[in-house]
Amino acid sequence: MSDDQMVTVEVDGRQLKAKAGTLLIEVTDAAGINIPRFCYHKKLSVSANCRMCLVEVAKVPKPLPACATPVNEGMQVFTRSPLALAAQKGTMEFLLINHPLDCPICDQGGECELQDVALGYGNDSSRFVEGKRVVPERDIGPLIATDFTRCIHCTRCVRFGAEIAGVRELGATGRGEHMEIGTYIEKSVDSELSGNIIDVCPVGSLTSKPYLYSARAWELVQREAVAAHDSVGSNLNLHVRRNRVMRVHPRDNEAVNECWISDRDRFSYEGLYSGERLLRPLLKKGNEWQEVEWQDALEAVAQGLKRARGTSGNRLGALLSGNSTLEELYLAQKLMRGLGSENIDYRLRQSDFRSTSATAPWLGQPIAALEALGAALLIGSNIRKDQPMLAHRVRKAALEGAEVTFLNPFEVDLNYRARHLVAAPSAMLGELAAVAKALGIKGKLVNGVEVSDAHKAVAESLKSAERSTVLLGNMATAHPDFSLLRSLASDIAEASGSILGFLPESANSVGAALSGALPGDGGSNAGEMLGNVHKGYLLLGVEPTKDSWNPAKAQATLQQAEFVVALNAFRDQGLEQVADVILPIAGYAETSGTFVNAQGDWQSFGGAVAPAGEARPAWKILRVLGNLLDLSGFDQVSSEEVLAELKATLGERKPDNGGVASGEEEIRLNGNGLVRVGDVPIYAADPLVRRAESLQRTKDAMAAGIYINAETAKTLGLAPGDFATALQEEGRSKLPVFIDATIPAGCARIPAALAGTETLGGQIDNLTLEKA
Amino acid sequence: MGFKNIPMSTVKPSENKQALFNAKIRAEIDKWIAKYPPEWRQSAVMGALMIVQREHGGSLTPELMDNVAAYLDMAPIAVYEVGSFYSMYEHKPVGRHKICVCTNVSCMINGADQIVEYLEQKLNARLGGTSADGKYTLKEVECLGACGGAPMFQIGEKYYENLTPELIDSILDGLEE
Amino acid sequence: MANEVCFRNMDQDRPWLLEQYRARGGYEMLSRILKEKMPPEKIIDEVKASGLRGRGGAGFPTGLKWSFINRNAPGHKYVVCNSDEGEPGTFKDRDILRYNPHQLIEGMVIAGYAIGATCGYNYIRGEFWEPYERFEAALEEARSAGFLGNDLFGSGFDFQLHSHLGAGAYICGEETALLESIEGKKGQPRYKPPFPAHFGLYGCPTIINNTESLASIPVILEKGGAWFKGLGVENSGGSKLFSISGNIKNPGVFEIPLGTPFSELLEMAGGMKEGSRIKAVIPGGSSAPILPGDVMMDLTMDYDAIAKAGSMLGSGAVIVLDDSNCMVKVLERMSYFYHEESCGQCTPCREGTGWLYRVVNRIETGRGRPEDLDLLDDMTVKIAGRTICALGDAAAMPVQGMLKHFRDEFEYHIEHKRCLVG
Repeated sequence: MSDDQMVTVEVDGRQLKAKAGTLLIEVTDAAGINIPRFCYHKKLSVSANCRMCLVEVAKVPKPLPACATPVNEGMQVFTRSPLALAAQKGTMEFLLINHPLDCPICDQGGECELQDVALGYGNDSSRFVEGKRVVPERDIGPLIATDFTRCIHCTRCVRFGAEIAGVRELGATGRGEHMEIGTYIEKSVDSELSGNIIDVCPVGSLTSKPYLYSARAWELVQREAVAAHDSVGSNLNLHVRRNRVMRVHPRDNEAVNECWISDRDRFSYEGLYSGERLLRPLLKKGNEWQEVEWQDALEAVAQGLKRARGTSGNRLGALLSGNSTLEELYLAQKLMRGLGSENIDYRLRQSDFRSTSATAPWLGQPIAALEALGAALLIGSNIRKDQPMLAHRVRKAALEGAEVTFLNPFEVDLNYRARHLVAAPSAMLGELAAVAKALGIKGKLVNGVEVSDAHKAVAESLKSAERSTVLLGNMATAHPDFSLLRSLASDIAEASGSILGFLPESANSVGAALSGALPGDGGSNAGEMLGNVHKGYLLLGVEPTKDSWNPAKAQATLQQAEFVVALNAFRDQGLEQVADVILPIAGYAETSGTFVNAQGDWQSFGGAVAPAGEARPAWKILRVLGNLLDLSGFDQVSSEEVLAELKATLGERKPDNGGVASGEEEIRLNGNGLVRVGDVPIYAADPLVRRAESLQRTKDAMAAGIYINAETAKTLGLAPGDFATALQEEGRSKLPVFIDATIPAGCARIPAALAGTETLGGQIDNLTLEKA
Repeated sequence: MGFKNIPMSTVKPSENKQALFNAKIRAEIDKWIAKYPPEWRQSAVMGALMIVQREHGGSLTPELMDNVAAYLDMAPIAVYEVGSFYSMYEHKPVGRHKICVCTNVSCMINGADQIVEYLEQKLNARLGGTSADGKYTLKEVECLGACGGAPMFQIGEKYYENLTPELIDSILDGLEE
Repeated sequence: MANEVCFRNMDQDRPWLLEQYRARGGYEMLSRILKEKMPPEKIIDEVKASGLRGRGGAGFPTGLKWSFINRNAPGHKYVVCNSDEGEPGTFKDRDILRYNPHQLIEGMVIAGYAIGATCGYNYIRGEFWEPYERFEAALEEARSAGFLGNDLFGSGFDFQLHSHLGAGAYICGEETALLESIEGKKGQPRYKPPFPAHFGLYGCPTIINNTESLASIPVILEKGGAWFKGLGVENSGGSKLFSISGNIKNPGVFEIPLGTPFSELLEMAGGMKEGSRIKAVIPGGSSAPILPGDVMMDLTMDYDAIAKAGSMLGSGAVIVLDDSNCMVKVLERMSYFYHEESCGQCTPCREGTGWLYRVVNRIETGRGRPEDLDLLDDMTVKIAGRTICALGDAAAMPVQGMLKHFRDEFEYHIEHKRCLVG
């Protein structure tokens, strides 16, 4: 029987066509025939353990589980015959005997699969008079609340861990009636995808800890949204009660996030309600911050910008966040250009701008295509933490046999087997050049490079795979020789027949480039704006001590400016040191807008809740500012209108990776002495997530510190627990020392964007360490 | 989604396996590992747990199971699952001699209850308990497949059949201190 | 006619030694097969012709099982022997391991040749330490003598055989749970299909047979399928090991032709103990429904006869109970067993076996309620046939058997809060 042979089956009298061998439940689901189930999940392996989906199949004496029964030609199925119903009801009775009747105090109440099915298949009284099973309380970390007394042992969460999250953290220990889901020992569940077990759990065993006991399902209103952190643009449903986001669930979109979301996208909403939320406009008078009326604040901004501009728009600069919406970015750049400035940039974590800036780097392929890859080379990427849902796709490919190679300044922790080329930042170029050389590429960067078997193997894997890709990640973008890495990557992709792609950092990185948030002719890029003092700055969603490549330098530069206006959703110490006016903007979920994700989807969303306090959507603020500054073209009445204008401006323009190399091949990062690797940890990536309380209590919320290998520590006379002072050209900071075997010689990982790193210099740059 | 059957091994093999167990234990575990395909190191988990339990006074701890996990490149939870599933693994300290009394049907109808009672009195320990001197642990077990010699029990690796109180006395007298 | 197959060496001194096994012509069948390069189909046909049915309890025709394997499929194939003897009342495989290990080894190598497998595992229950050591010693002997390993008898055929030791779980006697256990996991049965013949050990085609079945193979091939079949009766070919225990004089394992009257078997085992009368018999291990003694006395020991009487031959474990036994207490103990041994994976078994036990326990301890018997009946219907593996059926059948034949004792218990007997 060939796999794609179509068969006809009869279900409850309906003729259904399906591929032979498809599981019956998939066929009935597609046809809208409901068969109750608990353990079956379309994305997980079949376990057939709950026995809820038992149906009658003609000529088979026993009822069969629809989730594990492949269809074949002429099969006759009865999902509601007396035999099927008796089996389903029998299972339901067994499931309920040990299930507590605590629905009134269970967070799953009202949206519980067991409750729903019990309504149709349960009895109104129980024949079970013995004591029910009780499982003691277990703490599995700050994100997930557990009550395993409610567990019906469907093992979806266990299978999710093994198959999707790729780490076995939960298990089913013990046997028989004493079988328990859990971690067995006191341990937290640390996967960056852990929150999905809340969704797969059919009962109230696994629920959201931040949401615990805060609302009932039926009080919530569901609003569609798009995740605001990485460039996946995961589709979300926000659950809102009385103008407050209570929790976040994934919204199925097979082409983007399937049915999953990362913990960052699920729990970051807590940041909206942080005590640091900026609720009223702030104006600096003397050295004091004062809350002022909007009118006063806006006038101060208009005057400040005008004064700083003087006779030349060139004196102004705009630093915009890639997490801002298209509409915000478009109006911000329009405002700047209206004032005559071409100094506009969103690439705050970049330091090497030698290749052309007029591109919109993107994934280069559909997200789903990642799982069909035969080989991939990821350069400077901790994809698992930076773009978790893209990592999930790459993992799928790897499990199917794709050869995945990482070239990184430390060995990233993966949930599948891959080849790791680990090299200090200054040596990364050489490693990449060696792969290029193995592919027969010539040129100055390649000359004199030694090619090892590993380099040949990488080259061969890319060349021989039917579908392969070369991807540049966040650490590549932050590399002082990014343009050289990029040009080698591009050559490698071309020579090996691979797709060149970028793993854009922020929710709207691709959109930012398309919206015009890039320097125009003669304009300064982010590095220049933060390196050379301009008279006036507009910051949008940017906290310079955390969100720029070189915070010490950024801060020093901004401090010398005549006028700085910041549009931000939060109070931020660094910002308050440099700004003159801070305008409270609507946060994520509080404004309508559009993000363009890694694969180039324009995903628009509406505001789900009203902005906190007196905060206003940034696009409206920018529009009013345009008016106050007497600029034309700031009369839009809705964000949709802004979007339409941008679309019209763009015409057919699409994201592209075709950057033109500057031709300059000077290597800027020298390998003398130590080099800092300042990657941005998953829960430090942007102002919102940095304030999401529960995420900040997870293991992934790493401590600021100096992570070096034992050898390096020994050379420097440092021991774990010691403090050392990290010195960079412009900055310094005293931090604790951690020994980490994944860090190569010649470098120290000092993650960026964490409290304690605000006074440091370049993310990837030379460094000295002194015992403090 | 279909059925899955892939090894549950960890992504990164653990380093420094020598530090996990002494040479004798490692050699014994390695014999088990050698029986199975190389990618199925985890098949040796039952053998390894048995050896480690025997060499550590007859019971397991989470730390010992963690070491087995590291030795076999398994996720610790996968070892906990196995360790908590099979009834011969102990998770509380046991006496020097574990007396496993079968009380299943053939033994029961041949007086297993009296055997249990006799032992409980003699050792002053209940089923599941350990004698005060730490010498014996008394355990009720399911059919040991020696019904022809009912009633029977197992001590350590050895079966004792057709038990009577007198026979029990002499068996226990013959055990090492 | 007894001791023709698995026990045919029982008259020998230290029959487990290779030397003794060789003296009776051991490994000659294997040598002939390999030297002649006997077509595997011929071996399978002979096993089919013998009428050998799985001796572990399910009674599935062994030859047919072997024929499901696609010999030509690429990749590894495995032969697995199920020596996880744990069905209460069964103690025959232990004797094969102890007294005739080489015949089992020879049977496994032949099975490997027949299905194209080059590796086998014998899963021995963890408590069987002494039989395990005996079997390990036999493996060593066989390896040294060149009956296991590479290029056996210069035929180019390789076969490695290892034992795997269990650690206490009745459920591992279920073939797919056993496979999971070898794979280093909990012994939780897999849903079937796919069957082990297609997706077995490590995902490869696998045959799993009981110890006795595999140990019968060399003799079947030596003497011919027809000879073996002729030992027994219609649908029940061959002789079989019966483990007989209970309130009898000389419990033990007896190899007798299938179709032998139960009364003869009982006589071989010395009859009932002094002064006791037969009350009931569990004819095929504790999962087989119990039958009244007088019914049993008229039955022959073969698959059809026992099935016709409403029970099953199972593993050939015969537990004989005399009239001093309270049936409620016996059922309580059996129900406790299934509750204790349920793997916990699927709902009806995990929840149902515990409930069954608690209700029977309630009746036994004088807390029974009139509606409890109907509740028990109903529960068994909801468990049997609805679980992933046969443990659900195994837990339900003893209850059904007891309530069918001894309902009055249960009613008495409920009404009088005490036993009808004693």
